[in-house]
Amino acid sequence: MRVLLLVLRTLGTLALTFFGLLAVTFVIGRVVPIDPVLKIVGDRALPEVYERVRQELGLHLPIWQQFLLYLQKVLAGDFGRSALTGQPVLADIARFFPATVELATAATLLGVLLGVPAGVVAAVHQGRWPDHLVRLLGLVGYSVPVFWLGLMGLVLFYAKLGWVEGPGRLGVAFEDLLEPTTGLLLVDAALAGEWEIFENALGHLILPASVLGYFSLAYISRMTRSFMLAELRQEYVTTARVKGVPEWRVVWRHALGNCMVPLVTVIALSYGSLLEGAVLTETVFAWPGLGRYITDSLFNADMNAVLGGTIVVGCVFIGLNLLSDLLYRLLDPRART
Amino acid sequence: MSGLRAWLTEPVPHSRAQARAQAWWLAWCAFRANPMAMLGLGLVLLLVLVALSAPWIAGRSPFEQDLANRLSPPSAEHWLGTDELGRDIWARIVWGSRITLAIVGIVVVIVGPLGLLVGTVAGYLGGWVDTVLMRLTDVFLAFPRLILALALAAALGPGIENAILAIAVTAWPPYARLARAETLTIRNSDFIAAAIVQGASTPRILLGHVVPLCLSSVIVRLTLDMAGIILTAAGLGFLGLGAQPPAPEWGAMIATGRQYVLDQWWVAAMPGAAIFLVSLGFNLLGDGLRDVLDPKRGAG
Repeated sequence: MRVLLLVLRTLGTLALTFFGLLAVTFVIGRVVPIDPVLKIVGDRALPEVYERVRQELGLHLPIWQQFLLYLQKVLAGDFGRSALTGQPVLADIARFFPATVELATAATLLGVLLGVPAGVVAAVHQGRWPDHLVRLLGLVGYSVPVFWLGLMGLVLFYAKLGWVEGPGRLGVAFEDLLEPTTGLLLVDAALAGEWEIFENALGHLILPASVLGYFSLAYISRMTRSFMLAELRQEYVTTARVKGVPEWRVVWRHALGNCMVPLVTVIALSYGSLLEGAVLTETVFAWPGLGRYITDSLFNADMNAVLGGTIVVGCVFIGLNLLSDLLYRLLDPRART
Repeated sequence: MSGLRAWLTEPVPHSRAQARAQAWWLAWCAFRANPMAMLGLGLVLLLVLVALSAPWIAGRSPFEQDLANRLSPPSAEHWLGTDELGRDIWARIVWGSRITLAIVGIVVVIVGPLGLLVGTVAGYLGGWVDTVLMRLTDVFLAFPRLILALALAAALGPGIENAILAIAVTAWPPYARLARAETLTIRNSDFIAAAIVQGASTPRILLGHVVPLCLSSVIVRLTLDMAGIILTAAGLGFLGLGAQPPAPEWGAMIATGRQYVLDQWWVAAMPGAAIFLVSLGFNLLGDGLRDVLDPKRGAG
């Protein structure tokens, strides 16, 4: 009974949030100073044609009916056509989204693999130089503009040192050689056994993923540190030490093991914020992902595409929030009641 | 000076004003002992100072073009070099500090009171008002902030006023949450009950008793958020949705410098360094203020 109630409540909140997302995008779509009819018929159309298109778009209806119409369309997966590519917006998004997922996933991996150990080490050496170093790294991460860091990274590692490949996802020589199956280049290349393509794609991915991953590292290491500090003060840690458990085992198994539940939440949330950071990073690195699709559409006054992209990112965001909440309940027996 | 100091450190204060001044003095002493926080305060004061004295320290106009000297590297003549139109980058950064300060100031003035109002009203009244307001807050919190600001700024048209509005619309929900949580802890206190019994009206209780107690945590949160506001504003400027050229907005300056970044790195590097220093200052200041005003949350 209690579980059922919980499920119903979660679903209710989810529906409400989703409804809010659509309401806000609808309002944004209304305030745009662009006439959607003119955008389709051009400014030399006959008044009858103009009127007909206006009726087709439902713009003669009262505003609440327009909203219902909008809800109906979006729920059916119809975001309209993109004026820029001429394709349905949903098809465009399906094409651009994997690139963003690849970037954000690589960045999160970097953030977790480096951030968690950094946070643990900082907590163990609280107040000494490793702690200060991690804190400094985090502080810089919170203060530096991501697009600027990306530009400077390009100057240093691509132009001056030549360690990484330049902007884009693949070198010109490798483009269109691979049949997309998952859309994730690294996975596709590995599946096809095309190691040369894999290497090239990795060379392109490493810099944007590091720049983005740095921000996730800053956040994850800070949170890990504070969770670990709280755990290391607990009595079971003292007990374990008194019983003669080796120190590394106390820290990395006992204490860190108990931090895992809140850490999962933190990681899910940081993944969501990386999707956001991807907008600016993708612009800098000419990365053909969803963020770049949104900004490109923005400058062509292609509101269907902008709002479609906003809804998709919003949904992923809501989904990640829900996921972290569910994982928390699943992993922590205390949160289940 | 010694008279003032004695007045501030007197064991038993004689008036309300003195007690309040002593509390501030103690907070200041705690704050002063934290070198990182002092560094942050220094950076923020530097920003304010630079913005105030821009006409005197910039040296030249931020719009003055000198095409013969375009893209010249940092030198004695042009400390930070010149941009693609031969404009002095130092002068543009100095004048741009006013834009940055104005954006932060206006966003804070909108967001702080709005969040306080929504949060305290929801927390104090409770019931359906609370449910409605908090659901609304949750909806806004569930959005990716930058993307929403982007869509809003795009819909309203590019420009600094719209960028400010877009940031403000996306920034208020955490303050409402915070103010509500604080209100819930004091709603049932005896002094509120006393005020009600004395016949104080709801607005009076909210403004006179609840808001002042929520203020310190909201201020700490605002200071910590200012770096985020600056970074969002710079991001919008970088994408061309903030202040329009030729205004010397730092994010927009990076965007123009981007074309030349491989050969003339300083055009993009200098404004970025300015953004970094200023948001670092606000982050350090915010951390320090949190430790002083809010010791119970200082562990993180």
